[in-house]
Parts: sequence; structure tokens; C-alpha cells
Amino acid sequence: MKRLSLSQAFWFLLRRDLLLGFRNRSELANPLLFFVLVITLFPLAVGAEPNLLARISPGIIWVAALLASMLSLDAIFRSDFEDGTLEQMLLSAHPVPVLVLAKVTAHWLVTGLPLLMVAPMLAMMLGLDESAYGILLLTILLGTPVLSLIGSIGVALTIGLRKGGIILSLLVLPLYVPVLIFAASAVDVSSVGLDAGAQIKMLMAFLFLALSLSPVATAAALRMSMS
Amino acid sequence: MGSPPHFYRFAGRWLPWLTGIFAIFLIVGLYGGLVMAPPDYQQGESYRIIFVHVPAAWMSMFIYMVMASCGIIVLVWRMKMAEIVLISSAPVGASFTFLALVTGSLWGKPMWGTYWVWDARLTSELILLFLYLGVLGLYGAIDDKRVAGRAVAILAIVGMVNIPIIHYSVDWWNSLHQTASLTKFEKPSMPPSMYVPILIMALAFKIYFVLALFQRVRAELLYRERNSRWVEELVQS
Repeated sequence: MKRLSLSQAFWFLLRRDLLLGFRNRSELANPLLFFVLVITLFPLAVGAEPNLLARISPGIIWVAALLASMLSLDAIFRSDFEDGTLEQMLLSAHPVPVLVLAKVTAHWLVTGLPLLMVAPMLAMMLGLDESAYGILLLTILLGTPVLSLIGSIGVALTIGLRKGGIILSLLVLPLYVPVLIFAASAVDVSSVGLDAGAQIKMLMAFLFLALSLSPVATAAALRMSMS
Repeated sequence: MGSPPHFYRFAGRWLPWLTGIFAIFLIVGLYGGLVMAPPDYQQGESYRIIFVHVPAAWMSMFIYMVMASCGIIVLVWRMKMAEIVLISSAPVGASFTFLALVTGSLWGKPMWGTYWVWDARLTSELILLFLYLGVLGLYGAIDDKRVAGRAVAILAIVGMVNIPIIHYSVDWWNSLHQTASLTKFEKPSMPPSMYVPILIMALAFKIYFVLALFQRVRAELLYRERNSRWVEELVQS
């Protein structure tokens, strides 16, 4: 058997996970539906007054995106853990953090990226100022991968537990705070016509930090969970 | 120190001494703070809560650092004692964090007119409390305590990397959102009669941490090693 090079292994795993994601449509649609539903709840709860909604829409959209991303986390490793694929991944000759990165990337493409497509529609429904749409999309593009990367550590720590759901949110949500602060603030300031450059740069910094550090932590946590 | 029976005896020998030293420091610190120190020219007597609040807040961060250091030792050297110290520190750290939050909010009432403001320090302290509770929750959820020890080690290190980021994010968020009417409490330069009691209280709290830690470690050791010979001998003697 021919041995795969590292980049081949990365792309192979990415393609496999994407294929699995698209074959299982509900996995693709559920986080999206959840995102839309949570946002629908807010006008019902706080009232449909346009000024109020426009004022709090950056926060609403980001809290909903954060929850949707968190609830879909479990799918990163769950099925592979249950059928033993994950164990084979850990035993393979390739460095585990790179394989983890492939899986998290696939997961983000399936669950994070679709949020981008519905976000403008929801922003319009909430009456967010149109000048902020671009920044909103940019924050989702930069912020949701960070959520997936940080979340993968939490999933890896709790994958062996039968009821990991609630404990996962307890672990992961405090770590999401910086992303929420900067992303919501970026949208907020750009909706009143100010420059959001600083916040966007911070989000980029978070993304690169998470890209470089979190796969290592996730790999260590997976090893621990499988032992 | 790495061997459980040795640590058990060592901690047992030190407990009465530590209790005595803690009591002396606590009494001296409280007397110095509550009786000797002059009232503040602005805040009157209500500032005296800092003799508990400030040391508790220091301890909340210090104990997390202890946990993260233990986490590194656990992952690098697989030391069982470090696992036990890590998880035994967590409830003490969470309690100090809670104490800092409660005293802070009690202090906020006379200072700011309300028990809770979304002040940067209060908010990041609250998030720190959630981090502690996450460690405790994860440890409780995993049945195999050896695995659980390594899981919380990873979590403590991840938390350590994140604490400065969270802290500065909250600071920045706060400076952006805070209304102008709410002026942050500026610490005046203190006379020695005020800061010496704070330092003594901080020492007392540190000793209390070691004291509580030793007791928890001893209990955890007995539980984990319940099938070993030395525990059997201890129980029978």
C-alpha cells in the first residue's frame, strides 16, 4: 500500500468529512435552522420596536451564531469516535494535530460557513444598518472558525462521556467571550458609521492564535480520551 | 513528596502548625485592618472590606496559576500527586473567586449604589469563576479519575492561555461600553497602616490555601489509594 504524504492525508480527510457532511443533510441544516430560530425568538421576547432591534441586532446575531456553533460541535468527532475511526486516526503515522485541523476545517465548512449565507437576511429582518453588512460577514468569516477550533478542545475532552452536552457548554462558553466581545463590537461600531479595523485585526489575531495552538491541545485531549 | 503515604504523613504533621500560623496572621491582619487602620477620607468605614476583598481576588488568580502549573507537571511527568493537587486546589480557588465577587458586590453597594455593575474586574472575575466551575464539572463527569486528572490538566492549561486574553478583552469592552457617570474607583496611594494589613491578610489567605489544600489532598489520597496497603495499615492502627 502506498503511504500518503501529510498534505495528501489532510486533503483526504477533509474531502471525506465534507462528503459525509453533505450525505447527511440534516447535520448541515440543523445548526442553520437553530440560528434562524434563536434570532426569531428575540423580537418575540423584547418586542418588535425597530429602533431597539436595530440597536441590539449585532449582539443578537452573534449570540445566536455562538450558540449554533456550540451545539454543532459534538458532530466533529462523535461518529468517528463511535465507529473507531478516531482510534485509527490517532494510531496513524501522521501528526494528529494536522488531522485534527482537517476535521475541524471540514466541520466549519459544513456548519459555520452556511451561517454566512443567512446572516444578511437575518440582519435585514432585524433592521441592522446596511453599512454594517460587510463587517458582519467578515466577523462571521473570521470568528466562527475560532469558535470551532476552541470548541474542538472541549469536544475532545468530553467525547468519552455519555452526557457530555451540558458540561461541554460549561467548558467552552467562557473561552468564547473574547470572540463575542470583538465580533459584536465590530458590527456595532460599523453600524453607526465608525471604523471597525481594530476589532477585525483582533479577530484575525484570535484566528491565527487558535489555528496554531488549539489543534495541539485537541490532539492531547483526544489521546487522553482514548486511553 | 511524590509518594502518597509520605505526603499523607508530611501534610498531617504540618496541619496543626499551619492552623496556628494561619490563626495568628488572620487575627493580626483583621485587627490591623478593622481596628488600627484609619477610616478612608472618602469612603469612611465601608472601604474596610478591601482587607478581605483584595487578598481574595489575588488568591483567585494565584490558585489558577497553581492549577495550570500542576497541569503542565501532569502532562509532562505524569505525576499522580500533581493531579491530586490540581483538583484539590479547584474548589478552594472557586471559593476565593466567589468570595471576591461577593465582597466586591457588597462594596459596590455603598460605592456605586448598586450591587452589580458590569465593571471590567467584576466581569472577568465572574468568567474566572466559570472557568473554575468548568474544571470541577469536567472532573466530576469523568468516572476514571486518572483520565479525569489528565483532562482537567489540559483544561487548566487552555484556561491559562485564555485568561489574559479574556481579561484584556473584557477590559477593552468595558472601557468602550461604560457610561461616563460611573467613575471607576481609583485606588489612592495608601498609607502603610492600610496596606500592611492587606499584605498580612494576603499571607493569611495563602497559608489558608495550603491548609485547605493539604486537608483535601489527604482526603483524596485516602480515597484513591483505598485498596493499598498503607491505607489499610492506617485504618487498622
